[in-house]
Amino acid sequence: MSKTFVEKLMSRKAGKDVTAGEIVSIEPDFVMSHDNAAAISHTFKKIGVEKIKYPERVVIILDHEVPAPKESSAINHKEIRQFVQEQGIQHFYDVNHGICHQVFVDEGFALPGKLIVGSDSHTTTYGALGAVSAGIGRSEVAAVWAIGQLWFQVPETLKISLVGKMPRYLTTKDIALHIIGRIKSDGADYKAVEFCGEAVGYMDVEERLVLTNMAAEMGAKNGYIPPDYLTFDFVKGRAKVEYEPLYSDEGAKFCGAVEFDISKILPAVAKPHTVDNYCTVEEAAGTKIDQALIGTCTNGRLCDLEAAAQILQGKKVKARTLIIPASWEIYRAALKKGYIEIFIDAGAMVLNPGCGPCLGAHLGVMAPGEVTFSTANRNFKGRMGCREAEIYLGSPLSVAASAVTGEITHPGRFL
Amino acid sequence: MIGKFSGRAWKYGDNINTDVIFPGKYTYQKMEPEEMAKHALEDLDPGFVGKVKEGDILVAGKNFGMGSSREQAAVAVKYAGIRVIIAVSFARIYFRNAINAGMPAIKLPPAAAAIEDGDEVTVDMAKGEIVTPKGVFSFPPYPETVMNILEKGGLINYIKAQVEAPRGAGAL
Ligand code: SF4
Repeated sequence: MSKTFVEKLMSRKAGKDVTAGEIVSIEPDFVMSHDNAAAISHTFKKIGVEKIKYPERVVIILDHEVPAPKESSAINHKEIRQFVQEQGIQHFYDVNHGICHQVFVDEGFALPGKLIVGSDSHTTTYGALGAVSAGIGRSEVAAVWAIGQLWFQVPETLKISLVGKMPRYLTTKDIALHIIGRIKSDGADYKAVEFCGEAVGYMDVEERLVLTNMAAEMGAKNGYIPPDYLTFDFVKGRAKVEYEPLYSDEGAKFCGAVEFDISKILPAVAKPHTVDNYCTVEEAAGTKIDQALIGTCTNGRLCDLEAAAQILQGKKVKARTLIIPASWEIYRAALKKGYIEIFIDAGAMVLNPGCGPCLGAHLGVMAPGEVTFSTANRNFKGRMGCREAEIYLGSPLSVAASAVTGEITHPGRFL
Repeated sequence: MIGKFSGRAWKYGDNINTDVIFPGKYTYQKMEPEEMAKHALEDLDPGFVGKVKEGDILVAGKNFGMGSSREQAAVAVKYAGIRVIIAVSFARIYFRNAINAGMPAIKLPPAAAAIEDGDEVTVDMAKGEIVTPKGVFSFPPYPETVMNILEKGGLINYIKAQVEAPRGAGAL
């Protein structure tokens, strides 16, 4: 019988034929956690197991509060370091690496045909490289540490095809916001999303990661992009283990299909306080902003910094502007290309790689009544540390243009 | 333990999010399940915690538990006394969290629609049956893995039992 990608992968793992709706107990290839690894280690100890079953499959990356902004975070990090030592976990990345999803991809854990879980809702990101990757709860991570496997319901798959040519000023972030505005935040609930179509084929890996990262905001279990030569080029030399790509069969049963002509999509904004509160940048134009944030696991990659540098070169910002490369690798590359100097000259603050203000932990928390225009993936009330503040989401081009004027501005004005 | 439940139905609407089920401000403050239970549904129905009884049943519309992945949103409801949730649909992570907390989450739109607030409802897990004043509704019984987790009162207990059991007790 023809199968979708995720049905095939789960069948292979289960050692029997399974289809959407069935429940399987299978072994993930990697299990990711971040600063929450300390809490998970407490649950793990309650189970009564001494040692992690497959320490080589455990990846821990400290990124949410780095470097520690307060004593409690420092204690949290310290506990994790001790636990890593005790358990002999090899794949540990301390506070000086970057955002978990970026580091995980750069270090070659995100690979075609793999099953990956993580205690973070944006674990969906790794599907851009052809994996099934899903966010799970903390107890579930403790369970995987203890016995190496976990139960899953095989999801149905929603196909999202992107056709047409990418217009000027448009980025994959605008496309993602447009899709979510259309299908809404539960549009892909429980489902796997397969992004396909010629337009996806033309996107490079950096851009594809934005689509699968934002799949979490559609409610999806995982987002997947069929691996092609760009994927194989990207993982070459990074891959931590061997891999075998998998694809949906011709004639596989999808639960739905939506097509978007990207040549008709306009630069987009998600207004407060939900990601599906869509409008175009034109419609939001003129909204005053206090702070601009370019970074996070959605848009802190080199191409995003390049887009921002293109606009900020030779200008001064009016809004407080925070720039956070997603990893130190990206930071170094941006330094070499001269972007960092452009940002500093423009009056922006370049912060150390990490989650920082994205979850309101530190480094740019807002005051009541303030507005931030951000390249992140969530704009829920209180997300950036203040319930009486507002968050708009947009592309790096739009946010950079708006940083210069101090109000939401179409990037075309500067390009 | 996972046989039959009877209790009063507490009925709510669509898109109930995790923030009203268990407010985010408590996520790093209330660490014990009994403490969490005191704030269950606090921003949705402040009267709930005072009146809910052990064994009661929660009924909701579509997309119950949307939003954050916080496990507390399931744990708090369970420890407040709720034994089973029936809804038109669940948000994916909430569904998992409920099962992993040892609380069955049953997706059954006709039953969710028929049950009224205050109804006496009986859920028979083994038979896959919900008895309401408006009639009996059936649902496919859970797969064995999920039943086993519920049987043990949640994922962590289930795994604990497994690792403590003598060799050859079977995998998850
Ligand atoms: S950057 Fe933001 S969305 Fe991404 S992992 Fe960090 S906190 Fe989560």
